[in-house]
Amino acid sequence: MSQKPLTLAEKLWRDHLVVKGENGAPDLLYIDLHLIHEVTSPQAFDGLRLAGRDVRRKELTIATEDHNTPTTDIHLPIVDPTSRAQVQALRDNTKEFGVRIHSLGDKNQGIVHVVGPQLGITQPGMTIVCGDSHTSTHGAFGSLAMGIGTSEVEHVLATQTLPLQPFKTMAINVEGTLRPGVSAKDIILAVIAKISTGGGQGYVLEYRGSAIRSLSMEGRMTICNMSIEAGARAGMVAPDEITFEYLKGRPHAPEGADWDAAVEYWKTLQTDEDAVFDAEVFIDADNLDPFVTWGTNPGQGVSLLDSVPNPDDISDPNEKAAALRALEYMDLVPGTKMKDIKVDTVFLGSCTNARIEDLRSAAEIIQGKKKADHIRMMVVPGSQKVRLQAEEEGLDKIFKDFGADWRFAGCSMCLGMNPDQLAPGERAASTSNRNFEGRQGKGARTHLVSPVVAAATAIRGTLSSPSDLEK
Amino acid sequence: MEKISVFSGLIAPLKRSNVDTDQIIPAVYLKRITKTGFEDGLFANWRQDPEFVLNQPQFQGAQILVAGPDFGTGSSREHAVWALRDFGFKAVFSSKFADIFRGNSGKQGLIAGVISEADTEAIWAAIDAEPGLNATVDLPSQKILVGELEVSFEIDEYTKWRLTEGLDDIGITLQNEAAIAEFEANRASWKPKTLPAKGV
Ligand code: SF4
Repeated sequence: MSQKPLTLAEKLWRDHLVVKGENGAPDLLYIDLHLIHEVTSPQAFDGLRLAGRDVRRKELTIATEDHNTPTTDIHLPIVDPTSRAQVQALRDNTKEFGVRIHSLGDKNQGIVHVVGPQLGITQPGMTIVCGDSHTSTHGAFGSLAMGIGTSEVEHVLATQTLPLQPFKTMAINVEGTLRPGVSAKDIILAVIAKISTGGGQGYVLEYRGSAIRSLSMEGRMTICNMSIEAGARAGMVAPDEITFEYLKGRPHAPEGADWDAAVEYWKTLQTDEDAVFDAEVFIDADNLDPFVTWGTNPGQGVSLLDSVPNPDDISDPNEKAAALRALEYMDLVPGTKMKDIKVDTVFLGSCTNARIEDLRSAAEIIQGKKKADHIRMMVVPGSQKVRLQAEEEGLDKIFKDFGADWRFAGCSMCLGMNPDQLAPGERAASTSNRNFEGRQGKGARTHLVSPVVAAATAIRGTLSSPSDLEK
Repeated sequence: MEKISVFSGLIAPLKRSNVDTDQIIPAVYLKRITKTGFEDGLFANWRQDPEFVLNQPQFQGAQILVAGPDFGTGSSREHAVWALRDFGFKAVFSSKFADIFRGNSGKQGLIAGVISEADTEAIWAAIDAEPGLNATVDLPSQKILVGELEVSFEIDEYTKWRLTEGLDDIGITLQNEAAIAEFEANRASWKPKTLPAKGV
């Protein structure tokens, strides 16, 4: 019997199909892992209570506190009453329903998308959901990982399934070898600039090609993380030896015969040779520069060697209007060299770039160097465990000697739900994923950058790449 | 969710068009951590005005609302439906609803029925003639009886079915409980569990 060749996303869909929808009704898919945090879960638990329902699979559900948590004085009560109430509600709800939680102070507390992989609970071939758009991060392991809304959180809690309409597939082929100082973050910023923030709408993206294959798991997570910034429902990378190597020995990784069985299955999780994607995009990794954003959406980015674009050169009237608005908000003049843009704050953190490898690559650049006087640098590890590991490796000392602020784990300045915010008009080079107006504080101006660009910027005081330092 | 069939209740007019969700419930009420208790936020800004229809004694305890066209536009917040429901409304009628609002209503057990503009005016006139009137909503036959007046309303078949059966999204999925259980029975045993593992 000849079978239709399938893409990786289609295989995962097939392997989790509980009920096929008829007459336009959605398919019902089984969910292997449900991650929970304090912001999008309280009403879901309340809904369960109102309907007299229980969490169907407590052992496939895990919670952590991240969005609201402070990154200093974590032993003190949370000051903001709304934040405190949300965190307390999560603690109460997980206790009442018997769901595992990693609270502030615990070594596995941290950003939900850093904690899953670090525990080895994110594995290839899974369906993973969380009430958070950056759930796409977990797709780096070859899983189908999606952000969902609060009603869907309640639905998954109660049924461990989700009704979903099938989506289209897009291959993002990245071939070649990255030059020194160019990293995964630059690949994804270039992808988004190419296909635009709406280009991925309705698609699951599969990142392929030699440049992706040679990335570490951390790098792949950075790329999948920002799939949502291209409008996609999810992003994924097929698992390979690098994936298996990363997982082996982690707390929740299978062992012994289970490991062998798992790897055997994981190896089948490849897009079939003759499978057809609904769309394909090609990126040349050989010629990629460090990428930075100049505007107020992640698609408004250019090479760090370029200048602030001139809206008059943009033919699409909507994009032109958006560029004009963005430049005004960002207080930038067309033609200004990106490298001449002076920043006030450097934020190294978020679920995009706050894993141990990100901290290492930034530390390597700043080691023995002096911070520009006017720069405030904040380093917020993605999880408490990353923090501890960094301290074991002495990275904290490098950051502190440099004059950076060494913080506790959480989302922090990525969205400014806790006190870590930019002042109005303040300009930041940030390793996070969103440069929307007001995202990092009211009136705050954000340039998205990679960890090494963040580090070089902290040294020079203007947007800079590591290669600028050697001169 | 409660099954809905035929019910009677006090009917109130909301003689405004383009009632967006920010008017139905202003953003400051969205910070809650519960799914109920949003009645205080319903039309919060308008209710500061003593003349506002829902502040008038003859409309206290209203369960049926008849509004102008383009009801529920704007932000997709589900809280708009929660606020109407928590305030005591079981049905809202308008000649035009925003799609997302209508979808959210069906999911939360609130009838969002479409009536013609002429019927809207006719119902308003009937209420004006006799404020404090009770109306009967008959979901199976898609009719509203207001005094002498009989008006039919539109609602899609799927939403009508789920409202008459009292099924929320979860209830609908749980009709496939056997298929879910069978899927679970066949899952590989090595798939990860969140129960505490080595050292965590
Ligand atoms: S770090 Fe930022 S993007 Fe990531 S989960 Fe937290 S708030 Fe969302």
